[in-house]
Amino acid sequence: MSATGGRSAAGTIAAVLAVAVCMVAAIGLQIARNRLYAGQSRETERILYIQSGTAAKRLALDFDALWADVYWIRAIQHYGGDRLGSTREKKYELLYPLIDLTTTLDPYFTIAYRFGAIFLSEAAPGGPGRPDQAVALLAKGIAAQPGKWQYPHDIGFVYYWHLRDFANAAKWFERAASYPNAPNWLKPLAAGVLTAGNDRATARALWSQIRQSEEEWLRKTAERSLAQLDALDAIDQLQAVVRRFPFPEGTPYSWEALVRRGVLRGIPLDPSGVPFEIAPADGAVSVSTRSKLFPMPDQVHSVPR
Amino acid sequence: MRVISAIAVSVFRESVRDRVLYNLVLFATLLIGSSFFLGQLTAGQDVKIIKDLGLAATAIFGLFISIFIGIGLVSKEVERRSIYGLLSKPISRPQLILGKYAGLVLTLAVNVTVMTVAIYAVLAYMTWTTPAPIQTAWDAPGVDPALLKALFLIFVELTLITAVALFFSTFSTPMLSAAFTFGLYVVGHFNADLRNFQSVVESKSAATLARLLYHVLPDLSAFDVKTAVVHGLSVPWGYLALTTGYGILYIAVLLVIATLIFSRRDFK
Repeated sequence: MSATGGRSAAGTIAAVLAVAVCMVAAIGLQIARNRLYAGQSRETERILYIQSGTAAKRLALDFDALWADVYWIRAIQHYGGDRLGSTREKKYELLYPLIDLTTTLDPYFTIAYRFGAIFLSEAAPGGPGRPDQAVALLAKGIAAQPGKWQYPHDIGFVYYWHLRDFANAAKWFERAASYPNAPNWLKPLAAGVLTAGNDRATARALWSQIRQSEEEWLRKTAERSLAQLDALDAIDQLQAVVRRFPFPEGTPYSWEALVRRGVLRGIPLDPSGVPFEIAPADGAVSVSTRSKLFPMPDQVHSVPR
Repeated sequence: MRVISAIAVSVFRESVRDRVLYNLVLFATLLIGSSFFLGQLTAGQDVKIIKDLGLAATAIFGLFISIFIGIGLVSKEVERRSIYGLLSKPISRPQLILGKYAGLVLTLAVNVTVMTVAIYAVLAYMTWTTPAPIQTAWDAPGVDPALLKALFLIFVELTLITAVALFFSTFSTPMLSAAFTFGLYVVGHFNADLRNFQSVVESKSAATLARLLYHVLPDLSAFDVKTAVVHGLSVPWGYLALTTGYGILYIAVLLVIATLIFSRRDFK
């Protein structure tokens, strides 16, 4: 190797080393900044720079659908971050504006409307508990795609499951059933909701239909809700057992005591595999706050009222 | 005709020498990388997003090629002073303009064709790896021939933008030509608003002027059928034919004016 060649090879090695050292140092500073100023970056994550869908559509020029995808991914991350994150306060305050922007940029983004319907109306901590926003979003979907029976169906569902307004739910299910391409189970569902709205059989029928969906997240939501209904049935049975074998006054209720007395064979588990809770004072049975099924839907009765 | 095709081939060769087609590698990497990551982020919307991304990237990459090469087609020859050599040969100025334009259109055609193949390859892979029941939730099939309609209109739009860039480059500096072309591209996408201007303003003359501008400026939003094809909505063949016809006529107008301006230019 000539002297010039050797010098050039040494120069290359030195340059590569310098690049590596600078890169490692930059990454180190980045990690340190993220650790020291974690709150600051979290704040900026929750800022929505463009609030108006119309303005966003104008700015997007030819690329509104791609921009809709970006907002869609942000909506998923926002929802998932708030729902699964342990440090964040579960506020979901950007969920509606993000999905609203997504659907203004791409009015045919069916899944965004349906995702919004399910998760915007879900009560805390699983969602922001805003069925009104879910209905508004679905109404926007109907305006964009008037031929889709799924949107009136979903509005009916929000009225049924989250607002407990069975008359309105039946009205929307009926409207969905009137679409030429609507499935035939919608009409009996509308009638069932009207006559026996608040019973578990109707709820189970509705969720079982939703479970048929090809969308994985919708299927999973339906499976969780069906498990919640199973848990409600189990709670009814356990409550009956506890009532049948009351504890002497002053003795706290517990599963262990019921097992010792031979009333139960073991500590009862909910469908997600977490033990049910029993209130020591009055023996009231409930789902544990550690369970994936928590919080449970209220006031769904095992028999029609 | 032979002169025009010879110039076109030389423009195409030059763009290959200038590594313009390297953008295809970036495009393929972007598309394949996205298809890998999107499944984790999009709650089952990966195929829709790949289609959106593929179509948008085709349009964006093509736009950059149209503008940044289009503005240099004539001005580069003038700056390098190679225009004297060219014009001393048996080449007329209109032939030079048309040849340069055809060369860049050829480059764009190769570019869009390779991108189309890449989009379909990624979509075919995604369709192949997705279970059939999940595919029934898609608005349109994964490997959907209707995508070609959107890609075709993107190509026509790019050829129009190339004509705009070439037109500006016949009398302006490259920097100004780029600014004018990009400005016209933006205006072209807002153009449809001018059509309904009379319902917003009271002045009749303002409304007439807006209407006139609507017809004079290129109506680029008409070339955008990306959202429709991605959601499986129909794009009638008649619409495609009329929009293509509009594009071709607009290009013809620009090329004729560019030729006229270039023919009158004095290079002494």
